[in-house]
Amino acid sequence: MEVVLSQIFNGLSLGSILLLAALGLAFSFGLMKVINMAHGEFIMVGAYVTYFFQMFLAPAVLGENGAKEGWFFILSIPAAFLITGALGYVLEMTLIRRLYGLPLDTLLATWGIGLMLQQIARSYDSRNVPVTSPDWLSGGLWVSETLSLPYKRLFIIGLVILCIIGIYFYLYRSSQGRRTRAVMQNREIASALGVATRRVDVLTFALGAGLAGIAGSALTLLGQIGPQLGTGYIVDAFMVVVLGGVGSLPGTVIAAFTIGLFNTFLEMSTTATLGKVLVFVLIIAFLQWRPNGLMALRSRT
Amino acid sequence: MNPLRPYRSSWLLDWLPFLVCGLILLVLLPQSLSMFQLNLLGRFLTYAIVALGLDLIWGYTGMLSLGQGLFFGLGAYCFGMYLNLEAAGKNLPEFMGLYGVTELPWLWQPFHSPVLAILLAVGFPMLVAALVGYMVFRSRVQGVYFSIITQALTAIVALLLIGQQQLINGTNGITEMRTIFGYKLSDPATKMGLYVTTALVLGAVFLLCRYLIRSRFGRLLVAVRDDENRVRFVGYNPVVIKVCVFALSAGIAGLAGALFVPQVGIIAPKQIDIVASIEIVIWVAVGGRGTLVGAVLGALLVNTGKSVISSARPDIWQFIMGGLFVGVVVLFPKGIVGAILDLFQRIRLSWPNTRPAESAPLEVETTSLAGGKPR
Repeated sequence: MEVVLSQIFNGLSLGSILLLAALGLAFSFGLMKVINMAHGEFIMVGAYVTYFFQMFLAPAVLGENGAKEGWFFILSIPAAFLITGALGYVLEMTLIRRLYGLPLDTLLATWGIGLMLQQIARSYDSRNVPVTSPDWLSGGLWVSETLSLPYKRLFIIGLVILCIIGIYFYLYRSSQGRRTRAVMQNREIASALGVATRRVDVLTFALGAGLAGIAGSALTLLGQIGPQLGTGYIVDAFMVVVLGGVGSLPGTVIAAFTIGLFNTFLEMSTTATLGKVLVFVLIIAFLQWRPNGLMALRSRT
Repeated sequence: MNPLRPYRSSWLLDWLPFLVCGLILLVLLPQSLSMFQLNLLGRFLTYAIVALGLDLIWGYTGMLSLGQGLFFGLGAYCFGMYLNLEAAGKNLPEFMGLYGVTELPWLWQPFHSPVLAILLAVGFPMLVAALVGYMVFRSRVQGVYFSIITQALTAIVALLLIGQQQLINGTNGITEMRTIFGYKLSDPATKMGLYVTTALVLGAVFLLCRYLIRSRFGRLLVAVRDDENRVRFVGYNPVVIKVCVFALSAGIAGLAGALFVPQVGIIAPKQIDIVASIEIVIWVAVGGRGTLVGAVLGALLVNTGKSVISSARPDIWQFIMGGLFVGVVVLFPKGIVGAILDLFQRIRLSWPNTRPAESAPLEVETTSLAGGKPR
């Protein structure tokens, strides 16, 4: 029983990490049909923002053990959001806007951007670097004699929930969100009704990029970070969005946790690599049954 | 001129450039390059073969496969396993001893035979592509989804190979290779033989691709690219066409991999990851997608540039590579060959005596090569 419980927790934890990485894609890919291959590198940039906050700013301001107090870690999350968001804003204004309607071209161009961002990080330091985590996130919550849930993973689950609530309020309870949904459903009509579609595009893309930054901050809790951090997550994140159904936020959430749970259980019953292979096979098989993913947006296009 | 055959041109124009290139590759370059350079060129020629395969599926059919590196790798593994067995002779391959394997796994049995190894190097990638392609295309997964799924497939198989230490030496890959069909791989004559074989295979694959794109099949490929639904309405089954071209391009990639491995002497999962697959795309894009010459040219140019620049300044190359991706999409979507053709077209149009009817034959749409439609 306890094994199952701990596996369920691991699955949820993996799912929350996948979801955090995929939420940004749900914006850029899901809402705008833009393939952002630099998403993984946005995650990396976010991780490096936290790295600078924790390893340089915190010791400088709070003294030698400043990083362990965690204030700067908390601060670094919105900072990562803003910085990667700004990066996304610039990328949209300079490059993506020329490529709307050409998804494969966007894929290639953003891959090129990703390569450059990676190389910038590498010319700073090609090695992986550790990031000090706040003290209050070490240890775990003991739910029974033998089962402990690490605070770091609980924190990430909490962070994802916070992000989803934020996205929900943005998309469904704010006027800007209403405009966003209007543009995504019918660009021409929305434009005719006076919605500034260009502004919606650039804001949506920047938001997606910003979410990648948050994911990066969270990933510093799980281990060392490096220039290649993002490449490990990009394929999985895309699979989450494809399985969930492009353009469907609930679908993305369900898909992330489904993949997370399946992954941990299949890895437990086979091996780590075989588990991942089986998950991929299951996703392909599932797409046979529902080609548009778990929750497809009904549209006539 | 029959408008349905826009490619038909005179025999001389058709064959002369091909023969000249053949002469340069087979006579001129072997005499003027050092063995080391020739070996490098031989490697690039195998890349050019993969590029031809990708051009068929991407340039002509509009489906961006991010799995070509995987098929290349599978072909390389198949032939590498044969070379490995030949080097081991009667014994087990060396690495197996490290993991305590005492009996040759069944997976290795077919690779005692060189003929079977070559057949599998081509056939196995084709089978994988046909299976995955059938599943994917049947559910009408199109466009970027196909790219994402082939990329995921590549990542997954690379992971799988890394995990199989006892079977194929995991991350280290297959390295022990000494002889090919009994000839020593380190021998200059063998190296020359491999180079010549590669050049000949490249020529054969080029001719095959040229034959295909000029046939009805080739016109169907372009039709699928430009409007798949209409192809379906006209009565063709796009799934069959797409599975065929995907399997064909995979087989070409596998063949290239089989030629690659004896020239390099190692095949490891590192050469299969998603980065390798997407680099193939940039070769074709730089040369000019939708033209076979462009694919070959792009593969040779980008790789020459890579080996020259990255040996001098490895840090710069990554920026150039990134710049190529962005630049080729934004500034030169038709690549080098496309840009040259455009230039010729402009010169021809500015020629005072050209009649407009002649200067504008039915042109195969080349602007939406990426398969996207303006929304």
